[in-house]
Amino acid sequence: MNLDGLLGELKRRVPADRLLRKPAQLAPYESDALTAFRSRPAAVLLAETQEEVIQAVRLCHRYGVPFVARGSGTSLSGGSLPVENGLVIALNRLNRILRLDPAQRIAVVEPGVINLDVSRAAAPHGLYYAPDPSSQLICTIGGNVAFNSGGAHCLKYGMTVNHVLGLKAVLPDGEVVQLGGESLEQVGPDLTGFFVGSEGLFGVALEITLRLLPKPECYRTVLAAYDSLQAAGDAVASVVASGLLPGAMEIMDALAIEAAEAAVQAGYPRDAAALLIVELEGERIQVEAEFAHLMQVIESSNPKTVAVAKDDGERARIWKGRKSAFSAVGRLSPDYLVQDGVVPRSRLGEALATIERLSQDYGLRVANVFHAGDGNLHPLILFNGRIPGELERAEALAGEIIQMCIALGGSITGEHGVGMEKRHHMSSMFTETDLQIMAELRRALDPAELANRGKMFPQGEAPALHGRGPHPLEEQGVISRM
Amino acid sequence: MTTLTTIAPQSYEEVQAAICKDGRIFVRGGGSKPALSTPSALGDGAVLLDMRWLRGVVEYEPGEFVFTARAGSSLREIAVLLAEHGQHLPFDPPLVEQGATLGGTIAAGLSGSGRHRYGGLRDFLIGVRFVDGQGRLVRGGGKVVKNAAGFDLPKLMIGSLGRLGVIVEVSFKVFPQPSAYATLRVTQASLDAALTTIARLNGSSFDLEALDLVFEEERPTLYVRQGGFAAALAERQERLRAWLGGGEPLPESEEAAFWSASREFAWVPATWALVKTPVTLGVIPALDRVLQAAGAQRRYVAGAALAWIAWPGDLEQLDAYLTRLQLGGLALRGEAEWPFVGVRNGASLTARVKRVLDPFHRFPIL
Ligand SMILES: Cc1cc2nc3c(=O)[nH]c(=O)nc-3n(C[C@H](O)[C@H](O)[C@H](O)COP(=O)(O)OP(=O)(O)OC[C@H]3O[C@@H](n4cnc5c(N)ncnc54)[C@H](O)[C@@H]3O)c2cc1C
Repeated sequence: MNLDGLLGELKRRVPADRLLRKPAQLAPYESDALTAFRSRPAAVLLAETQEEVIQAVRLCHRYGVPFVARGSGTSLSGGSLPVENGLVIALNRLNRILRLDPAQRIAVVEPGVINLDVSRAAAPHGLYYAPDPSSQLICTIGGNVAFNSGGAHCLKYGMTVNHVLGLKAVLPDGEVVQLGGESLEQVGPDLTGFFVGSEGLFGVALEITLRLLPKPECYRTVLAAYDSLQAAGDAVASVVASGLLPGAMEIMDALAIEAAEAAVQAGYPRDAAALLIVELEGERIQVEAEFAHLMQVIESSNPKTVAVAKDDGERARIWKGRKSAFSAVGRLSPDYLVQDGVVPRSRLGEALATIERLSQDYGLRVANVFHAGDGNLHPLILFNGRIPGELERAEALAGEIIQMCIALGGSITGEHGVGMEKRHHMSSMFTETDLQIMAELRRALDPAELANRGKMFPQGEAPALHGRGPHPLEEQGVISRM
Repeated sequence: MTTLTTIAPQSYEEVQAAICKDGRIFVRGGGSKPALSTPSALGDGAVLLDMRWLRGVVEYEPGEFVFTARAGSSLREIAVLLAEHGQHLPFDPPLVEQGATLGGTIAAGLSGSGRHRYGGLRDFLIGVRFVDGQGRLVRGGGKVVKNAAGFDLPKLMIGSLGRLGVIVEVSFKVFPQPSAYATLRVTQASLDAALTTIARLNGSSFDLEALDLVFEEERPTLYVRQGGFAAALAERQERLRAWLGGGEPLPESEEAAFWSASREFAWVPATWALVKTPVTLGVIPALDRVLQAAGAQRRYVAGAALAWIAWPGDLEQLDAYLTRLQLGGLALRGEAEWPFVGVRNGASLTARVKRVLDPFHRFPIL
């Protein structure tokens, strides 16, 4: 590795104010939203053009310097954690929507475009971009692509990968490839789909062709309160069994409800043990028919109360509560860890009972907010990092939850990715051969393992677990969790 | 003339064993896409893997919206099983009646008209197990609808033509099937008018199961399919008809038959080549000029995302036309040494992947 060689070349090519070197400038980039990990890069390049990114990757390749692409740094798995003494290629300034074609319903964007900005730009044409991670006000399409991010509305229309039609990317050895295209269909291996979810290990996405959907004619959003999480979980199973296909089904537990209420006054019933949000969407006539059916199913699921959003304002309030739940829970505790695992939907009740037991065993509070429709759990583990050993206990609890997901036939991550956090769980989910082949594929693209070195694969060397507290960018007021 | 040994594996181990011997490997599912499953120029000692005996459902829990089956299972048996629980594969895989298998559908990368509503094969395949060119049994993806762990190997198998590995087991996400369907037939004054109507519909909030443009004696005609609760369907169709300013409902007795015939490519003359070509609305006028002049038959389906081309002549000619238009295609039927026509991107990345999964060139080139 020849760091000086790389920095010398970069200095010649980009103005000093876009090549950060000073410790104070680097500090905000030392972590992502998984603040337990921290490490200092040698430099941060604030790239402004695709060409600069390509040049930077080629130089890293020539000088053997590891690099990490970075969007808004909201990864919850340590995905955008810098490699110690490597280069961070910051992509926020590549934030142009290059083309929006309403007739073909596509948008071609640069990777630094904020998720919600795509929907905003599409809105005048009656279109929107479907994947809606709770972080959509700040996270970038590049980060979404790297992590195949999801959101509350994945049940019907899928994750990021289902909405990416084509990609231009620079591979870790500097080759620029064009994958997929503008059609919804393709021939030959689905390389676009293969790139999505590769967590930055396959290089940097430079231009992304997204599919847009027409806005549904109407929504019906139902809020049902239950006496137990189990009852809410059973209601989800009954909705599914009834043949309905809602756009979203979300559950929050008492702790999450309390936090969301305190933060944004969503109007949730405060005395419920669990809250279920079910949203239907589509053509009005069909949705009304489905709604009548849904209400029968919900009413026979023994809810304490049922409320229906009367207008867009009420619907927005319900979702605001849900989407702010993560950060709201943060207010209940000095620190928290967000876990992300998947269980088969039919085993949700069992999974929640296990989490509750683990919470008691560990003496740590756990709040549950999750995408019930896809069995995607998001337990939030509350702890106080100032108390020695609590972070480690929280990590251990998080690990047990993941082992439970695997044991139930699920996955170690539904949408936050493996990153740093779950590298060591990969071998419980995949065999040695599976991992070996993934490693070989990675080396076929990146022989020197420069792109996001140390992530996803079990063997990477771990930086020491570090403190706690908000994201460094939050501290500086650069980002906020809405 | 090459000699070809046929092996019909009944277990994953038998697939591994076949690959661990010498010789080139050629994979065939139901044989419903002969351009992809008729070996040419393989050399002596080549082995044909007939996958039809590696069949059967491994796991199906309707409440999960997921099933796992061995790759040689036919689409027909899967459709029957899912229908018993009111579910289906929403991407509407073609060639069901002609014996297409799950594995062959993935390897060819095929979705049908019904992909219009919720997306294609790539949106519903959630897990695979395959045997690579070194005989290694590999798993990618999983059995739950949402999963972001590891590289998305299932995507590599889509469209891989059995040339990156032999798919032995697959997991799919499924959806509830609409309890009723209705189709509106709308004739259009011209191709341009038809494309304008498709663009309007694509941007509208009508939830359409399918939207196909076909030519009936060269007259552009749209078939617009809706699905859902029977009770709401008549009113929805009437609303759509009013919005379109016309159209006649297909009689109930013909509705399902029309889509089934379409799925089976009943409209393609027996001796002609059949080519899948991904398209966009914008490119269709130029493409159609060429196709019409050459006497080809064609359909633009799924909201004009996909062209099915029935080609009477030599595929080299079509290859040249598509290349000029910067389009690419895949021949499913017809004489073809090499099934791809027109342009293809990502070839260098494919080659890198191929070197990993098939370092000893056991499978045909890709
Ligand atoms: C409050 C909060 C709520 C969240 N809610 C959700 C949710 O509901 N659903 C969900 O899925 N996630 C959620 N997340 C996680 C996170 O927002 C997503 O993973 C998001 O996609 C990350 O985007 P980013 O721009 O911040 O990427 P970063 O964190 O900067 O980077 C993430 C990864 O992407 C790589 N990367 C970035 N840009 C590129 C590029 N152009 N090419 C290749 N690789 C690249 C990085 O190297 C890194 O590995 C949440 C996070 C927070 C803090």
